Amino acid sequence: MIALSLLALAAVLLVALTLWRRRSPGALRLIDAYERLNRSVGLAVENGTRLHISLGRGNLFTTRAGSALAGLAMLRRLAERTSVSDRPPVVTSGDASLAILSQDTLQSGYRAAGAEDQYRFTTGQLTGLTPFSYAAGSISTIHDENISANIFIGEFGTESALLAEAADRENTSLIAASDNLSAQSVFYASSQEPLIGEELFAAGAYVGAGASHEASLNVQDILRWLIILAILIGSVLKFGSSL
Amino acid sequence: MRIFTAAFAIAAGFIVLLGYFFPAQVESLRLLLVDWAIVIAGMAVLVGIFNLVAVQMEKIRTRQKGGMYGVILIVSLFITFVFGLVLGPDHPYMRLTMDAIIVPVEASLMAILAVTLIYASIRLLRRRVDVMSVLFLVVAVIFLIAIMPTPFGPLLGERGNQALVDFLGMFSHGGTRGLLIGIALGTLLTGLRVLFGIDRPYGGN
Repeated sequence: MIALSLLALAAVLLVALTLWRRRSPGALRLIDAYERLNRSVGLAVENGTRLHISLGRGNLFTTRAGSALAGLAMLRRLAERTSVSDRPPVVTSGDASLAILSQDTLQSGYRAAGAEDQYRFTTGQLTGLTPFSYAAGSISTIHDENISANIFIGEFGTESALLAEAADRENTSLIAASDNLSAQSVFYASSQEPLIGEELFAAGAYVGAGASHEASLNVQDILRWLIILAILIGSVLKFGSSL
Repeated sequence: MRIFTAAFAIAAGFIVLLGYFFPAQVESLRLLLVDWAIVIAGMAVLVGIFNLVAVQMEKIRTRQKGGMYGVILIVSLFITFVFGLVLGPDHPYMRLTMDAIIVPVEASLMAILAVTLIYASIRLLRRRVDVMSVLFLVVAVIFLIAIMPTPFGPLLGERGNQALVDFLGMFSHGGTRGLLIGIALGTLLTGLRVLFGIDRPYGGN
């Protein structure tokens, strides 16, 4: 019942805040990684280099699907923005379903920008089905495809250190976020500006994916404060009962 | 067509969600949809492998950098696929392929990973010198020293070791739970956006 109530509350808040955000867009706090991402996208379009977007190996049937879906939302917007580029972004993933969705998302982005004839299905790639084979396949993409910026958003493991190292060897930007704690540690050590925790889910809002993404951030903040309140009240009650 | 796919996806999502909260009413339909999804995901693996082959063939055809590795990949994929179909995955020769080729290669990559992580840690202070980076490295080094096996047992003794791990673990457990709560909330809102059709990663946008 608590879960259902939380779900219903989140749904109502999302709808209400989306409508409110459409009327009065708010300002988002500065996140250096997303500033760098937006700059990198612009530079890639201008100087004819590619973006490499990696969505990780998140299985859509597990709880890790959230990060994969957040990555797809960001990809949709980036595909639209880079549709004018000579060299379209290349998207790699370590899960077959995710690879197919990335192709669909790229195609949607190009269609929205009126450039559907630019779409090539080979720009959405499955590079491997195990963690290390996925890393090995993506590393060859980083080395061979004239990449200027790497964007890793999704579920990764410690094999992401190999990807980060490859990005660093090619002197390319790295913007990375994961819902996996080990990968967050790796990215904290490897990327110029790390994204920690739920900042991954802010990707859509920071690339201009729409009012609903900004509203989602507000809803997350509200729910977070409710959880904090619940933890504090619970702690006080527990302490009181033990006295 | 896009409206139909969106409607179907949203309806399926709601049925699966309601199946968790009202199992008596919707459980059978939920399980049916999940079974269909598992079958489709299995087919998606074959489609993904076809995509992998197509990308490598394109690289070979256009003589791009790394094309030779594409040849090796396609040939070995084809051979393994045919042998797997003929002999079955449990055949000793197929197990030998796993044990003699795939496992050592992945173990080698894991070994490289260890060196890569050490190098990344060293580079961290050149890239970003701030309190959190220094703290990150210091705590990592302390943990490594504490759990390092020696011929004489733990360096700080059993109790000292445990006390240190418990003390540092107190902070890391709290931080971990905070991160996981945030990730759970993000996942919740992402799922709601897909359920409401705001985000349509299946090409409905």
